[in-house]
Formats: sequence, structure tokens, C-alpha cells
Amino acid sequence: MRELSYAEAIREALRQEMQRDERVFIIGEDVGVYGGAFGVTLGLVEEFGEERVIDTPISELGIAGAITGAALTGMRPVGEIMFMDFTTLAMEQLVNQAAKIRFMFGGKAKVPFVLRTPAGSGTGAAAQHSQSLENWFVHVPGLKVVMPSTPYDAKGLLIASIRDDNPVIFIEHKLLYKVKGPVPEEPYTIPLGTAEVKREGRDLTIIATSIMVQRSLEAAQQLAEEGIEVEVIDPRTLKPLDKEPLIRSVMKTGRVLIVHEACKTGGYGGELAAVIAESEAFDYLDAPIIRLAGRDMPISYNRTLEYHTVPQVENIVQAARDLARGRM
Amino acid sequence: MTLSEAKKRELLRQMYTIRAFEEKAEQLYAMGKIHGTMHLSIGMEASAVGSIAALRPDDLILSTHRGHGHCIAKGADLRLMMAEFMGKETGYCRGRGGSMHIADVEGGNLGANGVVGGGIPIAVGVGLSLKMQKRDQIILCFFGDGAANLGPFHEALNMAAIWKLPVVFVCENNQYAMSFSVKKAFPIERISDRAAAYGMPGVTVDGNDLMAVYEAVSQAVKRARSGEGPTLIENVTYRWRGHSKSDANRYRTREEIEAWKQKCPIKRFRARLIEEGILTEEEADRIEQEAYAAVDAAVAFAETSPEPALETIEEGVYA
Repeated sequence: MRELSYAEAIREALRQEMQRDERVFIIGEDVGVYGGAFGVTLGLVEEFGEERVIDTPISELGIAGAITGAALTGMRPVGEIMFMDFTTLAMEQLVNQAAKIRFMFGGKAKVPFVLRTPAGSGTGAAAQHSQSLENWFVHVPGLKVVMPSTPYDAKGLLIASIRDDNPVIFIEHKLLYKVKGPVPEEPYTIPLGTAEVKREGRDLTIIATSIMVQRSLEAAQQLAEEGIEVEVIDPRTLKPLDKEPLIRSVMKTGRVLIVHEACKTGGYGGELAAVIAESEAFDYLDAPIIRLAGRDMPISYNRTLEYHTVPQVENIVQAARDLARGRM
Repeated sequence: MTLSEAKKRELLRQMYTIRAFEEKAEQLYAMGKIHGTMHLSIGMEASAVGSIAALRPDDLILSTHRGHGHCIAKGADLRLMMAEFMGKETGYCRGRGGSMHIADVEGGNLGANGVVGGGIPIAVGVGLSLKMQKRDQIILCFFGDGAANLGPFHEALNMAAIWKLPVVFVCENNQYAMSFSVKKAFPIERISDRAAAYGMPGVTVDGNDLMAVYEAVSQAVKRARSGEGPTLIENVTYRWRGHSKSDANRYRTREEIEAWKQKCPIKRFRARLIEEGILTEEEADRIEQEAYAAVDAAVAFAETSPEPALETIEEGVYA
């Protein structure tokens, strides 16, 4: 199959949805000629014009309001917030307005938008351009939260998100933008709320999100050489969460390592651990549920410090090996 | 932009209806039949009615926490409104929203808002949507003097202006953001002066003079509909009641409130219609009585309406 980068897969999803449905449009800072800070929307303004690829002033709350109001009145906007850190500036509209309008109005309105935003560290951008704030949104009923880890998933999940009738927070990872993988040319959807087993294994389950899926797969490859067979599962959407495949996997392996980049305390790993602990998989556990996550601290500028702030392949290998060999 | 005699009578009826509805809501609150809190607009009726009178029925509004008047002037069914206040399944929001979140999307009211300034950025999106769909409608966005000091005001007015969106921003300056006087909150006399910074017209009008409000908003609507962009209108008015049900009026004097009561927008418009020969005293009295009767009928409907079923508690969170 043809290969595309993660960024190209997202762009193709946007292009195909804009071709299919004239209600779909893009709005954000520098999304036009500039192509977005990471080049994801490059070329789309030439194809669809400034009326459907709308550059905005630096007004994150305004962008969130614009997509909320447009969605409320029949459009299907795709907003972009340049860095996930800046969603903090848009929170009022996202949390108090977009997420709650349908419920507050007794189910008599809908707000079908997608807000795309890149998260994650590894670019040397330090503490205000590197955060992973997904769990802030997971905690808000009315929002859906999507975190693709591959180009294939990025395209299918984005198309599904655009066609969804709810506000969807679509979290990309900066280090994944250049990662390549097979992507079909035709439009396709991956239903929100479907986890996927990315690698099968019998000894240990790793549940990972976003870039940690890639790192976990690398770790699994190394561990296979040591005779440890790791199963890697990607929830793909944090909300709604597809619980069954996670529970089934843990029942099979009896051991689970949860890996994400966001700070450990209050992170999504706590939710995943609780889902497993509350399920029938509890009785099958042969070891404690282990979380490997970002340190509870801001991201550093210094390369070495930055690197050691969030889980890397060798950390995952170590944690998984310890867990598989009963050292935890 | 002249109003027919029938339309003027209708606008008087709307103002009486708002007054009657809010007085009744206040009573029902005191009786414990409505809970939570509520923000009454008694004394501000001309701002709501005069502004919305300048719209076409298919135009849209965004309202505020003090939005009962907007909702009624936009043509809401009083029965569904009162049912919402009482938290009933038959209410506009099936009892999930209450006074502070009342919306009538089909009727063009895109919702009151519990967050001061929360509707202003949404107006940008609605305006953008109407323009993109070439729908020939406009969006009128109400907010208070307090909201004009929030960041969203700046972002939204600028975006609406640079894109020449079909939006009319109506700032209802009722003199206080909860307890904080506009005299302390603004270094300028007229909030509408801020429009200049966004390259849009700014107009300050006597918000208790229905015709003055109507005329100013009509100009702004014409401008918005013809693609010339937004306008900021400031309706200078006053709320007779406290900010909400927790207000003990410690920040203003009885004399000040009494002085504003002398400027009652309803009495003023009624007197004008009688002077113009459009109404007799008796006819005006009848309009007033009919308004109170309509509210009583709404209360009867609401009281006999069912509560939401517990099985439906999680409905409406997701589409």
C-alpha cells in the first residue's frame, strides 16, 4: 500500500472531507498560505480558497467560539490550535459552551466540530509548547477525545471525527508528523471508540497512547528478542474508551503496563488502571498495574533533561521486562 | 423604519409580558416552586423588545444570564418557558437548563448563557456560518456592561469586524456588573466608544426609550445584512432588582433605584402610544391584563407538566 506521513494523512483527510461536504472548513492561526506551524494544512488554501481555509488573528478563544457558533448553525468546522498548550486560552468556550450546549438545551442542538491540536515534547520547545493536556478534556462530558498514533489511524479517525455530531478534540503529536505508514487513498473511517491491538503477545499487555504506541512497539520488538512477548494496545480514542479489548488482553496476559507522555499524576493512565481494576480482569492480574508516564514537572529546554522527562523506548523496555519477570 | 400601529401595540404587549413573567417568576421563586437562582431584567424591557423588534423573525439572537426578556421578545412560548423554570420535561430544555440556559433554537434564540461574555465569541461563529451559507440572516448578540471588560469581547469584536460579519453587538449597560459600578469599571463615559478600536460604528442610546433602541438597532441590522459588518450598540438602562437572588443591594442607594423607577420604559412607551392616539388608557390596561393572564396560563401549564423521568438523566450529553 502507498505510504504517507502522519501529517500528509491528516491533510488528505481534510482535503477529502472538504471535497465531499461543503460545510467542512478549516479555521486557525496561519493555516492558510503558511500551512500551519507544522505544515499540516499546506496547499489547502490554494485548493479551497480563503473562504474555506480561514486564517485568524491570534485569538484562541475566538477560534473556539467561531467553531462553536458555526457548528451550532449548520457548518462542520475544523479548528486548529497551533500548540496544545494554547488550548488553555480557549478553555471557556470548549468546556463551558461547546461541551454543554447540547445538554443544556435539552438535546435540541448539536455542535459538530473538530479541534485539531498538536501535543507533546521532543522538539526543544520547552515548557509552554510541549504539554500533553488530553486528560483535561477527557474530564469534560460532552467532548470526545481522539489521539491517533499512526498515519492510517490519523486519516480514518479524523474523517470519523469530522462526520461525528459532537465536539471532538483531535490531539496530534509533533514527533509523529513525519512518521510514515501505509494509508489507503480512498476515504475511510475508523469509528470513534474502537481500540486496536497493534501487536499480539502472551506475556504482558502494554496500553499506550499517541507516540508512546510507536515507542512501545519498538520496545516490544527488543523484548521479543529476549523471549518476552508483549501485546500492545492503542485505545485510539480516550473518550469514548473501548474497554473490552483492554480487559480481554489483561485477562490473557495477567500483566499490564500503561504508558503515556502526559504527567503521571492525574493522567489518563489512572483512568485506564481503574478501568482494569474495576473489571473482571482484576482476578487475572499476576502483578500490580504499572504506569509509566511523564514526570510530574514541566518540560525542560535542555535536550538531555527534556529526553528524560517523558518515557523513552529504553524506559519502556526496562519497565516491561521487570513486570514480565515479576520484579515489580 | 417606521412601525405600524399594530406593531407598536404588540411591542407594548411584549414589554408587559416580560414584566408579568418576571414578577411571577420572582413570586414562584419565593414560594420555592422555582429553585437555583435567577437574574431579573425588570426595568430593562425596552432594551430587549426594542432591539429584537428590529430583526426579521428568521434572524438569530444570543442571549445572556439576564435573558428572560430576550427570550420572550424573540417569540418564545410562555408555557414552555415557565415549564423550563420549574424544571419540567415540557420546558424548552427539558428541565436541564433552567432560567440561565434557556434556548429556543427553532425560534432563533441560540441560548442564554451562564458565563458572562460566553456568547460573544459564539456570535462570531454564527456570523461566519451565516455569511458562508449566504443565508441573508443576521445574529444579534446581547451582553452586559460587565462582559465588555472580558477578553472574549476584544477577540470577538475584532474578528467580526475584520471579516465584516452580519453581527449586531448589543451591550445592555445596566450600570452594574453584579455590584461593580460602570463608573469604577470603565475609564470612559460610553462603552460604545470602544467600537472605534475595531473600526465599527458605536452608538449609545437611551435604553429605556424603546423607539430610540429600535431605530439604532435597525440601522445596525441594515448595515449587517448588507455586508458592511458589525455595529456596537450600548443601551443605557438599569435593573431594578438585584443582580441575582443573593443580592442585598449594599452597593447602591434606595434613592438611586427609585430615580430609575421613575424612568420606567413600559410607562414611557405606553404614554407615548396614548399620546400618539394609538391606544386609549382602557386599551392599554387591557393589554397589561392580558399579559398577566397569559403568564398565569403558562404557570398552570408548567405546574401540571411532568418532571423529567429519571431514566432519561444522561440524555443529551452526546449526539
